[in-house]
Amino acid sequence: MKELILVIIGAALVNNIILSQFQGLCPFLGVSKKVDTSLGMGGAVIFVIVLASIVTNLVYTFVLVPLDVTYLQTIAFILVIAALVQFVEMFLKKNVPSLYQALGVFLPLITTNCAVLGSALTNVQKEYNFIFSVANGFGTAVGFTIAIVLLASIREHIEDNDIPYTFQGSPIVLITSGLMAIAFMGFSGLI
Amino acid sequence: MNKYIERLYNGIIKENPTFVLMLGMCPTLAVTTTAVNGIGMGLSTTAVLVFSNLLISALRKIIPDRVRIPAYIVIVASLVTIVQLLLQAYIPSLYNSLGIFIPLIVVNCIILGRAEAYAAKNGPVESAFDGIGMGLGFTVGLTCIALFRELLGSGAVFGMEIVPEDYRIAIFGLAPGAFFVLACLTALQNKFKAPSATNGSVSHSKLACGGNCMNCSGSACMSNHTTLESLRIQAQEEALAAKKAALAKKEAEMKAKMDKTEE
Repeated sequence: MKELILVIIGAALVNNIILSQFQGLCPFLGVSKKVDTSLGMGGAVIFVIVLASIVTNLVYTFVLVPLDVTYLQTIAFILVIAALVQFVEMFLKKNVPSLYQALGVFLPLITTNCAVLGSALTNVQKEYNFIFSVANGFGTAVGFTIAIVLLASIREHIEDNDIPYTFQGSPIVLITSGLMAIAFMGFSGLI
Repeated sequence: MNKYIERLYNGIIKENPTFVLMLGMCPTLAVTTTAVNGIGMGLSTTAVLVFSNLLISALRKIIPDRVRIPAYIVIVASLVTIVQLLLQAYIPSLYNSLGIFIPLIVVNCIILGRAEAYAAKNGPVESAFDGIGMGLGFTVGLTCIALFRELLGSGAVFGMEIVPEDYRIAIFGLAPGAFFVLACLTALQNKFKAPSATNGSVSHSKLACGGNCMNCSGSACMSNHTTLESLRIQAQEEALAAKKAALAKKEAEMKAKMDKTEE
């Protein structure tokens, strides 16, 4: 149990997927103008990454390993993830319209997000079993949500500030992310 | 200018994926700790890009339009696996330092973006040259950023240490430094109003992913492109309808006038 919690905290804070691993930067910079949308994006990412961790782990253990074709993991994972996202989108649209309203627009954005494929590959690389994979996926996605929501709230605050012309737009966002990355480096002493 | 050289010029300078289109930000920030890593990542991506463009362009009439994205993904993922195995076998040091970012080439915007924007519409040879141009542009971009980070962070150029240890700024070699270097780069582009996706001066319809990559991710590049295209068609149709309406109105007026004069 203790190890599980350590894996979750490690994935969420210490090795934050965005601020120290640099995966999933595009949505981090793109969908972080408002706290509401970034919360929606975070929710969708948690949903998809946890599902993808479950499915890719099953595919890896029960298909790739028995057939001895583990070198095909990249192809298998990306196809499974793409199909999964499509399927989830259709399922939510049909059966859980309220959740689809909240997450729907973000789902297609995630299909080929580095973070999803990245966490699936990390699970294999670190040889996590099923439960640890899901925990790692969950931690990674929570870390993504924390980072994107924090950045969105900072961006809402600096909106009215007097920023020099040269640094308006993406430069100031990147500097903000850099400062957040420094802050997150402080978590490295946590484990 | 010869059209092949034009493709190279377009990829390396005019539509440089790193500096102008701002595509593939994840590897740009993650692997640029040393110049050697930057070159390695750039060349691996180039290899994948050239062959994916070549194959997709050769198969463009065979692949049905509705399943083209999954088909492209399979082609790209196979090529990435080949590159990964080759690197693991022949350059293990590079393989270890690039780590997870080699398989992640699959989800790099540049590759699917070029497949969709260029290779799906042009012949194999032009597409291959487009891939070489874009790939080299990406390599140049990564190497430039990596040179600065390596010099500031570990005081070295291509591994040769030239700055004494007391004058190094270690943060540039770490994660935050990547953000700061990219921030300075985009700030310079703002300052000199250089064409870049971040200051909105590149015409969007011509971009590989059809828009600002800061606001999109992976497959969103594709959907952006189709949205833009449909918007354009819609605008055209609207313009046509407006023109027709105006014409009809004019005719009606003419008729009314004629009726009046007849009276």
